[in-house]
Amino acid sequence: MTDTHRTKYADTRRTLDLDPVTIRKARALARKAGAPVVSLAKKHTTVSVERATLRLAGLEGADVEGIPWVNRLVDVVREQVGLEHGVALPVWDAMLANNDDLLVVAQKAASGSLTFRIPEGHDAARAGRAARSSISAGMRRIDANRKHRDKLIGKYGNPPAPWIYLIVATGDIYEDIPQAQAAAREGADVIAVIRSTGQSLLDYVPEGATREGYAGTYATQENFRLMRAALDKTSAELGRYVRLTNYASGLCMPEIASLAGLERLDMMLNDSMYGILFRDINPIRTFVDQRFSRQIHARAGIIINTGEDNYLTTADAVEAAHTVTVSQLLNEYFAKEAGLEDWQLGLGHAFEINPDVPDSFRLELAHAMLARALFPDAPLKWMPPTKHMTGDIFKGFLHDGFFNLAGALTGQGILLVGMMTEAVVTPWLSDRDLALQNVRYVFNTAGKLHEDFRPAPDGFIANRAREVLGEAVDLLERVVDDSLLEAIGDGTFGLMKRPAHAGRGLDGVIKKESGYLNPAADMLDEGVAR
Amino acid sequence: MTASASKATSEKTIVRPYGDTAGDGMVQMSFTLPLPHDKKAEGAALQLAKKMGIDPAMVVHAKAMGPDFTFFVVYGSVQHLVDLRDVHVIERDYPLLSPKEVNSVVKKVMRRPLVVVGACIGTDAHTVGIDAILNIKGFAGEKGLEYYSELTVVNLGAQVSVPDLVEQARIHKADAVLVSQVVTQRDAHLHNTREMSAAFREAFPAERRPLLVIGGPRFDESMTGELGVDRIFGKGTTPGEVASYLVHALLAERKTVKRS
Repeated sequence: MTDTHRTKYADTRRTLDLDPVTIRKARALARKAGAPVVSLAKKHTTVSVERATLRLAGLEGADVEGIPWVNRLVDVVREQVGLEHGVALPVWDAMLANNDDLLVVAQKAASGSLTFRIPEGHDAARAGRAARSSISAGMRRIDANRKHRDKLIGKYGNPPAPWIYLIVATGDIYEDIPQAQAAAREGADVIAVIRSTGQSLLDYVPEGATREGYAGTYATQENFRLMRAALDKTSAELGRYVRLTNYASGLCMPEIASLAGLERLDMMLNDSMYGILFRDINPIRTFVDQRFSRQIHARAGIIINTGEDNYLTTADAVEAAHTVTVSQLLNEYFAKEAGLEDWQLGLGHAFEINPDVPDSFRLELAHAMLARALFPDAPLKWMPPTKHMTGDIFKGFLHDGFFNLAGALTGQGILLVGMMTEAVVTPWLSDRDLALQNVRYVFNTAGKLHEDFRPAPDGFIANRAREVLGEAVDLLERVVDDSLLEAIGDGTFGLMKRPAHAGRGLDGVIKKESGYLNPAADMLDEGVAR
Repeated sequence: MTASASKATSEKTIVRPYGDTAGDGMVQMSFTLPLPHDKKAEGAALQLAKKMGIDPAMVVHAKAMGPDFTFFVVYGSVQHLVDLRDVHVIERDYPLLSPKEVNSVVKKVMRRPLVVVGACIGTDAHTVGIDAILNIKGFAGEKGLEYYSELTVVNLGAQVSVPDLVEQARIHKADAVLVSQVVTQRDAHLHNTREMSAAFREAFPAERRPLLVIGGPRFDESMTGELGVDRIFGKGTTPGEVASYLVHALLAERKTVKRS
């Protein structure tokens, strides 16, 4: 897919006459804004990072109340000896001392019959080695899944860009499965299972196959496994690899990312700031969790999708266009720092300009071409109109057609298919069918129009793209002056003010002491260096 | 011609849908049947149309969606008549004020800012509705309530629990509580609203309870009694309408109370 973009759209930058010096400056500023946040993230751990570590070591399941064993164990360890040294040292020390496996240690800890300590010297080294050996089993499974995916893609080949991305969201995994399979047969290359609305704020990952959720289905390890297995069957039937997407966001981001790697999910929604802005999750919690989850994604060969489209649902899509660019640059910086490669960066943007604004389509093209030009090797995730979908389904259908056309003209890699019934109902079978006809019509009639389409060098589109890039650089300069955390606190993105010392999940952030050990994080860091 | 046409309209009591000729009753609809596409499926579509009062009906488009489903577009003349005398709707029962007028009434009558606390409750994370009404940015060219100098707005954002909302309303001494509900799966918007209104009734004596206003695209505006709220706003409501209603409901009432 990447190669296709390169050859087809490599000259977008030249067409828009973007100044290479300005582009380099924008990237340098993003690095400067992001670097202090990364070093802050490295100094902290979170309850969810520690729980993810236990999940990688194979701790599954929940107690009778449905509280996962990883939560029970981390909570007890924290209560007894704190998490400043990580969960691995005290837990594997206890395992070795009692000759128990991880599940038994969790159960004993929950029943109050276990006393943890922070081992030192020789004992610490022994516990560390044992932890590393357990956790490396999870890492090997993630590596094996990546290999298996590569093998399947090698066998079936990748679909041509853009990949058609469809959503299922019934709340019941056993309803989702036939819907997802039907969507794949209708032409979807990527299936996203939307999560239940409340899940991002749960500080635990629910267990097992779930049949009830609000406006979506819970992300659980078992649901992941069931859906991947079903889509593997459909992939074999169709002779093409159908990708599965879920959401590594919210308070359990590192755990969900780990489960995605363990169950061979292919794409994960994973934005650097979405949780802060739209879920009021503490900024430090988010950046720590995000770094770990992105390292997992990097290792698992998962493509991330970032959430810039969300800014445009709250802020005005013309006035805030440059905040999308800024966020894309920051997401790129954080992603690469965590070891992700260009082909894994589904940087987000959206077709959300009010259609009553004169020349709105030309503005959309300018913004979309700018993203293409700035990130020529990233797939880019192109989101359909939602904010200005009114319930007038006829107008909405045309609106979606223009969205598809802009996508075709600007070489978007992942196209979330717009529904004319957006804002009316969760999509019906017929809505999806009509939406796919819309996509096919546009790509069939105008899919190669980009070969002929060159906006005038000093025309409206090129000027607008340069203007947005300029505003993005200005904003990045202000962010660097203030620090990113302050900019977030001031409501720079999506008009939401989120101070660094507030927000959900703050009590789950722990400053590391010297002697902190997390073999999962160490292996991921080594993986990055690889 | 316009004058006479509008006169005729105002006197009409019985109406039928209009295609291109008065009284033709023409409607269009689309639906899916769980049948493979064949002649029998088209016959089934026609039978459904007939049972819906569309006669004669024409299947103008039928398309297979996979092996098990068929999508239909049907046109036809509907036999039902609408009697306008039996149509009852909630008309706006308060005057529409400009932000300036709202501010001056609040200043004159209350002599302090009117406090509005807003939130999306339950698991609903869609703040687009509450933000459209409260954020200074506003909606449909009207500025949100934050723009009104005599209104104090506390926007609690998404996924606020009902006990938190009650607590915040108490802390801020809310005159009005605005709640937005977008997610309607399994009637979540109705359950959440009932829970919210019951909690406020329990927490406040009747005369101290803040005005409860709920908004969302899928509410029936006539369900206030059933849901225990003072007002329901539907799709397309603007900040100016909400502000005008608040002034009307809180201050018009206050005036009458004072007079009596």
